[in-house]
Amino acid sequence: MKQIGYSEKVMEHFMNPRNVGVIENPDGYGKVGNPVCGDLMEIFIKVLDDKIEDIKFRTFGCGSAIAVSSMITEMAKGKSLDEAMKISRKDVADELGGLPPQKMHCSNLGADALHEAIKSYWVKIGKLKQEDITKDESHEGDACPAQ
Amino acid sequence: MGGIYLDHQSAMPLDPRVLEFAKTCLVEDFGNPSALHSVGLSAKTAVEEARAKVADLINAEDSSSIIFTASATEANNLAIKGTALRNAAKGKKILASSIEHISVLNSMKELQKGGFELTLAPVDGMGVVDLSALESLLSKETVLTSIMYANNEIGTVEPMQEISEMVQEKGMFLHADAVAAEGRVPIDVQKDGIDLLTISSNDMYGPQGAAALYVSPKVKLQPSLVGGGQERGLRPGTENLFAIAGMGEAARLARLEMANESERLKHIRDRLIEEISKLDEAYLTGHPTKRLAHHASFRFSRIEGESILLTMDAMFGIQISTGSACSSRTLEPSHVLLAIGLKHEEAHGSMVMTLGRDNDPSQVSSIVGAVNQTVQRLRMLSPL
Repeated sequence: MKQIGYSEKVMEHFMNPRNVGVIENPDGYGKVGNPVCGDLMEIFIKVLDDKIEDIKFRTFGCGSAIAVSSMITEMAKGKSLDEAMKISRKDVADELGGLPPQKMHCSNLGADALHEAIKSYWVKIGKLKQEDITKDESHEGDACPAQ
Repeated sequence: MGGIYLDHQSAMPLDPRVLEFAKTCLVEDFGNPSALHSVGLSAKTAVEEARAKVADLINAEDSSSIIFTASATEANNLAIKGTALRNAAKGKKILASSIEHISVLNSMKELQKGGFELTLAPVDGMGVVDLSALESLLSKETVLTSIMYANNEIGTVEPMQEISEMVQEKGMFLHADAVAAEGRVPIDVQKDGIDLLTISSNDMYGPQGAAALYVSPKVKLQPSLVGGGQERGLRPGTENLFAIAGMGEAARLARLEMANESERLKHIRDRLIEEISKLDEAYLTGHPTKRLAHHASFRFSRIEGESILLTMDAMFGIQISTGSACSSRTLEPSHVLLAIGLKHEEAHGSMVMTLGRDNDPSQVSSIVGAVNQTVQRLRMLSPL
C-alpha cells in the first residue's frame, strides 16, 4: 500500500461519494470494466433538453475507481450531452488532483462509462445506430492487467 | 490516533524492552565487531550473544548455524540460490509450494533462467501442501525444496515434519521460510528436520533491518555477496549491530512468551472468525484450525479489498491488509489466493487481520462492527 498515496480529493470522494444509486427507466445506461479485473462501473443518466438532468452510478472496485465514478457524475451533471462527451479520463484524474500512475488505466473508467451511457441514449433517439458504436474493449476480459 | 492496528504481518512495533536492551549498541558498544580493540570486542560479544539467542529460539544445534542478514528477502535469496548453485553438481531440480513468498518464488525463477528445472507443488483449498503431489515431484536430483512454515496471507501452518521426512527420503535439502510462523509456533529445526530456515527480526517485535538464516552444518552454501568474511563468509558486510542485538533480545523474549501470547491471541482470533464469518457472503480463507494463532483472513463477495482497507482505516481507524490486485504493485491478485482455488473476482475481495500484543478481547465488537459497516457500505455502492 505504501506506493499508493491518494490525494485528499480522491479520499474525500471515496469516503463521501456523490450520486450513488440507480435511475429507474434511465434514458441512457453505460457499463464498463469486468469484475475479473477488479473494477466494474455503471452509470445511469436522465436527459432533458439535451442536457444531463440526473446521473447515478454504482461501482465495484478500488478507492480510485469509486472516487473517479463519483467525480465524473459531478462533472457531467447539468452539462449538455456534447460537452459531457468531451470529458476525458485525464480531465477526471486532473480534477481529482491526480491518480497514482498504476491506477490511471485500470480504475479510471468513469469517462468511458459516461460516454457509453450517452451513446446508448443517442441510439435510443435514433441519432446513432447501434452498429456505429465501437465499444472500447480495453477493459474487458483478457485485456485486464490481472489476466 | 487511537486506532486498532491489525496488520502485524506487515510491520510490528519495536518492543520497548528490546529498544532498552539494544540502544547501548548505538552509543556505547558501537564498535566494529571485526576490530580487535576493546570497543570492537564488546560489539563482537553483542553479535555472538544475539546469535546464541536466535539459535535457542529455533533449537539450532550450534549458534554458528545462524547467519545474520539484513532482511528475510535476503535470507531467502541466500538460502535458495546459495544452496542450489553450490550443490548444482548433485542435481538441478528445485521445488517450492505454489504459495511461497515472492522472494522465494523469484529466487527460484532466477535459478530457472540459469538452467534449473523448477516445479511448484500445489496446495489444497485451505492452503495445505498436497503431500502426495509433493512426493511425486521429489527426486534425487531435487537439490532444494522450499516450503513455508506457515503462510502470511491465509495463516495456514504446513505439516513440516511430514514434509521434511519426505524431502529427506526422496530429495536433498529443505528450506523453510518461517517469517510468518516465528514467535507464534514453536520451531525446532532439529526435530522438524529443516536444513535451512529464514526468520526476521521485526516479525517478533525486533528492529527492522535484521533477519537470520539458519544453515544446518550439513549444507554448504555459495554466498551472494563477497567481501570481508563476516558471517563465516556467507554474508560479508559490517554488522548492523543495533538491529542484530535487538533481534537476539526479541528472539529471547519470543521464546519465553510465545506460548502464553499465542494462547491469548487465539481467543481473540477465534471470536473474530466466529463473528465475521456470520456476515453475509463472508468466508474464512485458509485452514480453520491448523492456522497461526494471531491470523484471521477472509474474503467477501461483490466488494474489493483495497476499498475495504481504505474504509476500515479512514472511517474506523482500523488497519488491515488485503491480497487485492488493486493494492499491489503488479495489479495482479494474490498468487496465494489463486493457488487455493479462488477465482480472480473472489481474490479481489480479501481481508487479512493479524493480531499482536496491543490487541485485546475488548476490541472484538468494535472490529466486527466496523467490518460489518464497511461491507454494507461497499455493497451498497456495488453493481454486483
